[in-house]
Amino acid sequence: MIDFLNAFVLFSNFVLVPGIAYGAQLALGALGITLLYSILRFANFAHGDLMAFGTMAVILFTWLFQSWGISFGPLPTALLALPFGIAITAILVLLTDRFVYRHYREIKAVPIRMVMASVGVMFLMNGLVRFIIGPNDQNFMDGERFIIKARAFKNATGLNEGLALKSSQALTIIVAIILVSALFWFLNRTRTGKSMRAFSDNEDLALLSGISPQKVVTVTWIIAAALATVAGVLYGLDKSFKPFTYFQLLLPMFAAAIVGGVGHPVGAILGGFVVAFSEVTVTYAYKKLFTYLLPADYAPEGLLQLLSTDYKFAVSFIILVVVLLVRPTGLLKGKVI
Amino acid sequence: MKKLLLASTILAGLTGAAFADGHEVKMGVILGFTGPIESLTPDMAAAAELAMSETAGKVLDGKTIVPVRGDSTCTDAAAATAAAERLITAENVVGIMGADCSGVTTSIVNNVGVPNGVTMVSPSATSPALSTIEDKGFFFRTAPSDARQGQVLADILKDKGITKVAVTFTNNDYGKGLAESFAAAFQATGGSIAISAAHEDGKADYSAEVGALAAAGAEHLAVFGYVDQGGKGIIQTSLDTGAFDKFILADGMIGDSLIAAIGKDLEGTIGTLPGSESDGAAKFKEVATAGGLAKNDGPFMPESYDAAALMILAMQAAGSTDRAAIQGKMMDVANAPGEKILPGELVKALDILKSGGQVDYEGASNVTFTEVGEAAGSYKELVVKDGKFETVKVR
Repeated sequence: MIDFLNAFVLFSNFVLVPGIAYGAQLALGALGITLLYSILRFANFAHGDLMAFGTMAVILFTWLFQSWGISFGPLPTALLALPFGIAITAILVLLTDRFVYRHYREIKAVPIRMVMASVGVMFLMNGLVRFIIGPNDQNFMDGERFIIKARAFKNATGLNEGLALKSSQALTIIVAIILVSALFWFLNRTRTGKSMRAFSDNEDLALLSGISPQKVVTVTWIIAAALATVAGVLYGLDKSFKPFTYFQLLLPMFAAAIVGGVGHPVGAILGGFVVAFSEVTVTYAYKKLFTYLLPADYAPEGLLQLLSTDYKFAVSFIILVVVLLVRPTGLLKGKVI
Repeated sequence: MKKLLLASTILAGLTGAAFADGHEVKMGVILGFTGPIESLTPDMAAAAELAMSETAGKVLDGKTIVPVRGDSTCTDAAAATAAAERLITAENVVGIMGADCSGVTTSIVNNVGVPNGVTMVSPSATSPALSTIEDKGFFFRTAPSDARQGQVLADILKDKGITKVAVTFTNNDYGKGLAESFAAAFQATGGSIAISAAHEDGKADYSAEVGALAAAGAEHLAVFGYVDQGGKGIIQTSLDTGAFDKFILADGMIGDSLIAAIGKDLEGTIGTLPGSESDGAAKFKEVATAGGLAKNDGPFMPESYDAAALMILAMQAAGSTDRAAIQGKMMDVANAPGEKILPGELVKALDILKSGGQVDYEGASNVTFTEVGEAAGSYKELVVKDGKFETVKVR
């Protein structure tokens, strides 16, 4: 029984808890991509760098608050800075929409031209972030770092294995739940939300029934900016902020959106967790886990690691390719990119 | 307009040449001023430049050695080669003190240093592969090979009764070379390596890597990485998840920034760093303080000072600033016979050489070159105590 508990704690510590936190971060990013895709009808390649920009804005405000001596008790100061960061990011996306995407909408360009335009925007934001905050690591986590420390857990329970729960992980999960519930409430219950869904279903019909396209587009961008900023800040608090890693997040986020079914908000969340857990479970070494679970004679010799951690990104690639081949609509029936 | 440009180019060329023939001799200082060891390199460069300012106006017929810095980036071979190329062709340096990391050093030696016949002395490239590089005698290092460091680490662990460790190394020439030499030496003493896994620098999240390392079931984790990079991330994640709390660090991981970042959880960590507690090391601290350096005992600072000093002495011994002539005298000034020279005594050494005598440069790091031109190597065994790396003994 003790062995079983040890195995469970070990698995939670290295797979479950990090996987859930990472999954929630990916899900928020994928939600933004999926929302933009279903309403503005193009795949936004600039989403990773939008996250980087939003996070950078939040970091700058965090530093400002810290210099004023403002803190948020045990919680990270970044949470206080979040609304300001979202506001700046929203202004940026509305400006890019005004000067880039609106033109393509007006000439009714084919979606692939919008996608290519977003690649251009991606490089622009990429440069902007590096220009303002630089290409290096920034650690902006303050406040209490842990809810449960591994060693304290070991001492309290008497188990061999420790379970660590970082406050950033708990925060990620709580914020993600709140944000996603608010988003679904907004889409299903409010007038603007409903008009967005109508616009997504059938653009011409929506226009005929008097829905203002400009309003829908504006609201969509603001929501996408908020989701990207929150996802980026949570990822940065949990790990660390570096512009290049945010650019790399684009792949798992797209994989998540496509696996879940593009244009399907629930699918994006599901996809986020599928991708996160695939990455974590495939690269975890199960030796110790099975040593606990199996009788001593059967204890494994090798590491029981399916894939070296170097190939973590390959996992999202493989998922992407397999889903596009086998079930292009995704797990929940979404649109086909 | 074109003529004006041409004229000014010629003029610039002439003045450049005039400088070279005048009282200034340029020496390249190629270190990773950006990149994974950027917190160490400013002090290393300052130490090297200290040797140059100490001999200002005293070399040959009253020449001064002036440094020209280049950025090796530590990781980007193309950028490092371009920097070296610029120093050699455009700045016309007589020798290069550098580079720092093993990978970029190898590519500079192969692509620029040897083809142009420029002497290079690296203060910190420690990959065993550099011992056998085809350098035609132009590459030296004041840092010992990691083959030696692997042995020293294995000896320390044996003395402490540690028999099983997990190893993670940065995925490049330095990390791989050290991990291999350590594994061979450790297994020879009867120890076992539970897992040896590479990590990439510059990632945000090392939880998967740490998970795999922890699964192998060792209590100690040996980290052969870089202090401002993946190595720090691995240690932070290990402590966060409770995977490891006992660490063994190689030279690339020794830096005050690590202790500043991790804090008191690092207490008791073991490490090795090239260096000694010899007279030279103590003397170097005095010289560095007197010279107004920000630090006087940073990692690789003594080696950097020695690297620059050796080239200056070789230049004097050769009696010219010719690149090949400098290379020919390196071994003579570094090894016996001759009068022993410690840091701060460079002017004395120059005088001895001018009067036709011989010197045996000991310097800050007790330099004696092996026949392939690298330091034989003594290492300090360090332990983290009260928030500082303290030397336990010299091996």
